[in-house]
Amino acid sequence: MNQTNSTVIAALEARGISKYFGAVTALEDVNLHVMPGEVLGVVGDNGAGKSTLMKVLSGLHSASKGQLFVGGQEVHFSGPRAARDRGIEMVYQDLALAGNLRIDENIFLGREQLRGGIFINHNANMRKAQEHLDKLKIHVKSVSQRVEELSGGQRQAVAIARATAFDAKVVIMDEPTAALAIKEVRKVLDLIKDLKNHGVSVILISHRMDDIFYVCDRVMALFRGRNFAEAPLTQTDRNEVIGWIMGNKNQTSETSKSHDLN
Amino acid sequence: MATSSSSTLTAREQSLRVRLMPFIDRYGVLLVVLGMILIGYALEPKVFLSFLNVSNIMNQIAFNALLALGVFVVIITAGIDLSVGSILVLSMMSMALMAHPEKIPAWVPDNVRMALSSVLPAPWYVLIFVPPIIGVLCGMINGWGLTKLRLPHPFIMTLGTLNIFRGVSNLISGGVPISDLPDQVRWAGYEKIAITPDIDIPASMLVLIVTFGLMSLFLNHTRIGRHIYAIGGNPQAAKVSGINVDRTLVVVYALCGLLAGMAGLLLAGRTNSGFPNAGLGQELDAISAVIIGGASFFGGRGNVLGVFAGALVIGIMRNLLNLRDVPVFWQQILIGVIIILVVYFDVLRRKAGSGRES
Repeated sequence: MNQTNSTVIAALEARGISKYFGAVTALEDVNLHVMPGEVLGVVGDNGAGKSTLMKVLSGLHSASKGQLFVGGQEVHFSGPRAARDRGIEMVYQDLALAGNLRIDENIFLGREQLRGGIFINHNANMRKAQEHLDKLKIHVKSVSQRVEELSGGQRQAVAIARATAFDAKVVIMDEPTAALAIKEVRKVLDLIKDLKNHGVSVILISHRMDDIFYVCDRVMALFRGRNFAEAPLTQTDRNEVIGWIMGNKNQTSETSKSHDLN
Repeated sequence: MATSSSSTLTAREQSLRVRLMPFIDRYGVLLVVLGMILIGYALEPKVFLSFLNVSNIMNQIAFNALLALGVFVVIITAGIDLSVGSILVLSMMSMALMAHPEKIPAWVPDNVRMALSSVLPAPWYVLIFVPPIIGVLCGMINGWGLTKLRLPHPFIMTLGTLNIFRGVSNLISGGVPISDLPDQVRWAGYEKIAITPDIDIPASMLVLIVTFGLMSLFLNHTRIGRHIYAIGGNPQAAKVSGINVDRTLVVVYALCGLLAGMAGLLLAGRTNSGFPNAGLGQELDAISAVIIGGASFFGGRGNVLGVFAGALVIGIMRNLLNLRDVPVFWQQILIGVIIILVVYFDVLRRKAGSGRES
């Protein structure tokens, strides 16, 4: 983790992040960085601190200790809004979409384009939403559909579209494929590859090794709230990564359990 | 991510449903209103659609419709405001008292009484703003209380203020009616506007139409209006989108209070008084109108037109039952039956429609 020597500056970097909830230590001295256009997989068992770390990165929680850097500049996020203004977007596990609103309203929620300073310019928002969905090759019948009418995969796509609607530099995704039908998983993963090709960094939390090994460039493991292991994807394999999740750096010992996890 | 691999027949059925369901979703209650109008006309062909009767209905539903509109905005956020009837009476009594300082009760210290009577009675152009302002303040207390105290549900806060506001209202007025208000103050609730020499519409109807129109504009075309719906749809989504949920909720309850205050102004105008039992139990009529109008208790659903229709359903039914000399007890029973039926139809429709959950 030596960005200082590198010519390319990390899109997002966290140094020495600790997070305490009362007496509970959720994160202890965790480091993370993701380069522009890189897909970083984050793995770990339940309670390893993945979601807490992502909430710190996206401004939903503030860290008890540690520093955040966006494009090499130190930042302090007062809330999700501040993080979004810096180009850090989060796609939540429970999607964080309002089902009763239209697709375009969800994409621009909190950042609606106005007309005359007071009224929402619904037409402009719908047009821009459609253009953005087209750019990401996401197909829906109409942007005026309510999100609750969409399938799980379509909702995930809308959530990703929402995260990337305003020049996102880093998109953080918490288990984006967990709730999807199998045939929809590939589409979401391809969407992630597409983001990467557009130069967007992606941090992907997943417990599905198929996902990790399909889209990621690098994978890091958290264990009990600490950095545990990390490697470029080319230098590791599924069994080793599964071992990391278990808190085991000896890759051969846990192979028998590997299939249970998928 | 299109999944439009269905056959042409189901595609056509689907597109019909896609087009028809939102329509019924939005305007189904208007069909109920239409049905009631037809029934009313069939039962009382001479009277029911007469101008006098229609304007009578409008006048009677006006203050309930305003209360319902406020409660509706709260219910969009999956909240509830039980205190609107008490806000109504407090705003009404405050105004009546400011018009009649001699009615200030005996427990008020003499120096306060002296100070008040030097500025009171207030002129009509001050009086007319008293109910809305009192309403907004009460609403802000509700909103502030339920967000800052982190009470488990708005039910608790507004159940508390239902008692508090009515208690305050009785305290400041001594629990007795105060009648006789300036004509200008009574305008909205009492006056009729002549359109032609033969036809005049109640001013309250005008107030209703303007208020409902503005509210529709606010809810559908402003940022905060859409955020109110977003909070009802998924508060978590609203929060992570950078929406200040607590502040929006305070605005919502203040708005509800404002409308309750306006309802107080209308009722005071109509009855030419402030009376301590005003709005007693009225919150339930308001909630009934909202629910009949198609809003969901779980938030995020419903529209302004539905609320108007809901208030109209209750108003027309009362009117019809009065015209047919049906005892008032039956009216209560019928309103109860209608609430259950309307929501039951809604449940059936959701089950039949697109199979989406809840």
